[in-house]
Amino acid sequence: MAQRLSVRKTLKLFIGGSFVRSESGRTFACELAGQTVHAARATRKDARDAVRAARAAWAGWRERSAYNRGQIVYRLAEIMETRRDQFEQALGIAGASATAAQREVSASIDRIVWYAGWCDKIEQVLSTKNPVASPHFNVSSPEPTGVVAVVPPPAPALLALVSTCVPIVCSGNTVVVAASHEDPLATITFAEAVATADIPAGVINLLTGYAAEIAPTLAAHMDVNALDVWSSDGEFIEKLAELATDNLKRVRRHAAPREIFWSGAKAQGLDWIEPFVEIKTVWHPAGV
Amino acid sequence: MKRPKTRAKGKNVPAVTRVTLAPSDAASWQYAPAPETYDYFKIAPRYGLFIGGKWVAPKDGRRFPTLNPATEEVLTHVAEAGPADVDRAIKAARNAYERYWRRCSPQTRAKYLFRIARAITERSRELAVLESLNGGKPIRESRDVDIPLAAAHFFYYAGWADKLEWAFPNRHPEPLGVAGQIIPWNFPLLMAAWKIAPALACGNTVVLKPAETTPLTALWLAEIIEQADLPPGVVNVITGGGDTGAALVRHPDLDKVAFTGSTEVGKQIAIQCARLRRPVTLELGGKAANIIFEDAPMDQAVEGIINGIFFNQGHVCCAGSRLLVQESAIELVVDKLYRRIQSLRVGPPLDKNTDVGAINSKAQLAKIDELARSGEQAGRPRYQTECALPSRGYWFRPTFFTEVALSDRIAQEEIFGPVLSVMTFRTPDEAVEKANNTRYGLSAGIWTDKGSKNFKIAAQLRAGVVWGNTFNKFDPSSAFGGYKESGFGREGGIFGLLPYVKDRWRSA
Amino acid sequence: MPPTTVDAVGLEERAGVLSTRSIKKQAKIQGLRLAIACMDLTTLEGKDTTERVRQLCGKALRPDPDDPSLPSVAAVCVYPSFVRTAKAALAESPVKVAAVATYFPSGQTDLAVKLEDATAACQAGADEIDMVIDRGAFLAGRQREVADEIARVREATRPATLKVILETAELGTYDSIRRASWIAMESGADFIKTSTGKVQPAATLPVALVMLEAIRDFEYDGGRPVGLKVAGGVRTAKQALQYLVLVKETLGDEYLSPARFRIGASSLLNDVLMQLSKERSGAYQSEDYFTKD
Repeated sequence: MAQRLSVRKTLKLFIGGSFVRSESGRTFACELAGQTVHAARATRKDARDAVRAARAAWAGWRERSAYNRGQIVYRLAEIMETRRDQFEQALGIAGASATAAQREVSASIDRIVWYAGWCDKIEQVLSTKNPVASPHFNVSSPEPTGVVAVVPPPAPALLALVSTCVPIVCSGNTVVVAASHEDPLATITFAEAVATADIPAGVINLLTGYAAEIAPTLAAHMDVNALDVWSSDGEFIEKLAELATDNLKRVRRHAAPREIFWSGAKAQGLDWIEPFVEIKTVWHPAGV
Repeated sequence: MKRPKTRAKGKNVPAVTRVTLAPSDAASWQYAPAPETYDYFKIAPRYGLFIGGKWVAPKDGRRFPTLNPATEEVLTHVAEAGPADVDRAIKAARNAYERYWRRCSPQTRAKYLFRIARAITERSRELAVLESLNGGKPIRESRDVDIPLAAAHFFYYAGWADKLEWAFPNRHPEPLGVAGQIIPWNFPLLMAAWKIAPALACGNTVVLKPAETTPLTALWLAEIIEQADLPPGVVNVITGGGDTGAALVRHPDLDKVAFTGSTEVGKQIAIQCARLRRPVTLELGGKAANIIFEDAPMDQAVEGIINGIFFNQGHVCCAGSRLLVQESAIELVVDKLYRRIQSLRVGPPLDKNTDVGAINSKAQLAKIDELARSGEQAGRPRYQTECALPSRGYWFRPTFFTEVALSDRIAQEEIFGPVLSVMTFRTPDEAVEKANNTRYGLSAGIWTDKGSKNFKIAAQLRAGVVWGNTFNKFDPSSAFGGYKESGFGREGGIFGLLPYVKDRWRSA
Repeated sequence: MPPTTVDAVGLEERAGVLSTRSIKKQAKIQGLRLAIACMDLTTLEGKDTTERVRQLCGKALRPDPDDPSLPSVAAVCVYPSFVRTAKAALAESPVKVAAVATYFPSGQTDLAVKLEDATAACQAGADEIDMVIDRGAFLAGRQREVADEIARVREATRPATLKVILETAELGTYDSIRRASWIAMESGADFIKTSTGKVQPAATLPVALVMLEAIRDFEYDGGRPVGLKVAGGVRTAKQALQYLVLVKETLGDEYLSPARFRIGASSLLNDVLMQLSKERSGAYQSEDYFTKD
């Protein structure tokens, strides 16, 4: 009997909850498991569209109750758990051993669960009621910064993507990710989980292609509020950080750490959430 | 210019005839001049730099005059720190950091800060006089707001110095090292306190550069710090202008930059720091919306508008410079506002009854005047306090424009002076949209007696400080700082410690 | 006039700022003379006698025997039973006689009795009637009843000047004080007055300020100019000057006259006289040098 001919997947961008080809029609070739695949290569205009989608989604996302955001983030973990074979396969295709792939997928899912539980605690842990010396009620508490552009390191493709994006969205931000070109499959598989996990369209936008092409557009974009950049290229980081000053984006910058870092305890924490919240202080008189 | 009355006015007040009253008593009652005296201290003819615990002359001998903006008289000459002086100061701070301050027990740091707080209180009247002399602000404000808050700020952060583990649960805060701090001229001593107190509490040493036009209280603070026996070099004060600040920011051996000032300069500093990978906090400009709903407590709202824009001559980054009034209340608000600004007392800063003092500098006056003219050119009705102004010094009448459009320059640009732009809105959504329609995001005000509306609008405003039914309130325990182009980082409260400890990711 | 509310903290803050006005030298002298001219010299005690009232009237006419240039006070304020005594003692003088009425201080009786009380005082010659509102009715939400009662007293006491006492300490909030002020003004009050002096705290700066703001809005809204009387607790010259500042900066100089502003007080006058002497001589004064009528 002749072997069944498999159906191949077109590797698209994920913008505003839809899988789309690059507006330019361009792709980039990458070798995955000895096969040449062509993934969508995002352009400046795709980045622009993604920011627009992220901005549009932001008000709705941040106004959801923190409990609801937590449920949705948890749902993402559920979806990923049921699809872990697919994730492991994707990582395997990109070259990971079966054990390494299993470990990375488990760590990614567990990290998402961990952050799901943070959603409704961020405000409690980062708020203060301030004993001002006047008859006023005074509270400082965090709010999401807005639209955040993320440039994750190339590896570990899934775990680094999860570790950077999820803490940012769990406080109510929306993200546009300029993913590494090295492993588009992990990014796209993640997009498919996001698309089916009740995460509102536009909250997480994933662009495949060359970060070097897209990231500067995001760093300079006047409607992006913050930038999270991980790279081993110091000059690249410096260029992005400088572009980001035009509208005074909040910038977190790091040299890409060794891969082992991402599975460790330091790769998750409240300090992954905090750089992307704004502290708002509200005053009100207390009198009759 | 007279505010045309849009509502029926009551009958004229009948003449008083029933009681014998000397004509002089019946005439309008004017307050006699009530100047604050200051014969108990002297300003020296010249000042040096405070570096490494010593008063030193600038290396190249350059000095510049500092003025009383209310009279244009020269108060004294202060040193202009050049690159060599900046270098000396940073070396002194580095040395102090390595030798004393990072090794010093946290409680000892706390006790030094408490000492400074107490000393500021002891010399508060002298500092208030200086602040008004050098900056032009009314003595009532420097006496009742600036100086007490400065002392309170040191007192507040003193207590944190040995409790940092409690501020950052589950983490290990460590100091950054040497901080370069540049402060503005609108609240000279208070901004020095906002910068120095948290930095020292967290174990950093500092080089502080006060604003070019208002160096005096920073020099007095240096003296207070000297007399408090702080280890030499923990706090260094270098006077100078923009060049001095630029030299400080780009110095290679600095671990942190903190700047309060204009967004324009802030962005330049941000670029420098991006290149140098240097942690930076910026507290920049604003164009705050002050939103008046028809159900506001109206008389207090009018006081809030006044306080929001005329406090410190409007030289306030968080000033409520865009007044958004619900259209149904616009006539009432504008009439009340017009009447109220007529009772503002504009005059000598040192007079205890002065409400609005002198504009800080000639350059600032020119900028305010230029922007106000643009409002007139746009055809916006202009109202101002009808009063006599002193013949010398820099003065600007409290002013507001009505019928302003969002696209007007006076609604877009930070004027940093006593000029208010009045606009209207119809619905709460429109108010929020207009309030957020700016590059800035430092502060905002909401006036409504309806609690649920207040909470909702406060959550929707993109600003770091939201005042509900009040305005321009500050407290050391309360975080202050901006969204968007108003900068980043917070000053005050627990959050004010964050900019002065190491990135917790590395130290976790 | 849209009904507006009062924010207590903002109100007290504004009153606090105004209380720090520095009134020195000529402004102080002028202000203190004004305070005398605006004073309702008051005795409202169970132990009042005709002799006591007669002495008070002497002081009212000539506050300081050593300084004939001083104005006399605006009025003496007494219980209705002493109106005739006071009237006789003040005959031919510009000093008015004010009588507290309407079952002062509680106001807890039938309207008929209150009207009788007020009418009797007028018939005895009172130029001014200081009535109390029915705080019980006000707090029970029967505000129309409060208004009607004031209007009835107004009609019954014409042409006397009518001062309506709100007894602000019993109203609980600044919002209530503002509402009561409005009711009194709409119902015909010539003055609205803070207190009877029998309930503490009586006059305070924020209370006076909220009433002045109500007066300002009432006039702005097309109503009449109405006066303010602060009463109870004003004992020092410094306090009196603070109230004058409040009036000046809220309503303007035209309200700085006995036609629009009164201070009801008893011990205040001597402190004002002592301060005036101190301004003249530069030396701090002793009570022994001032008559305690």
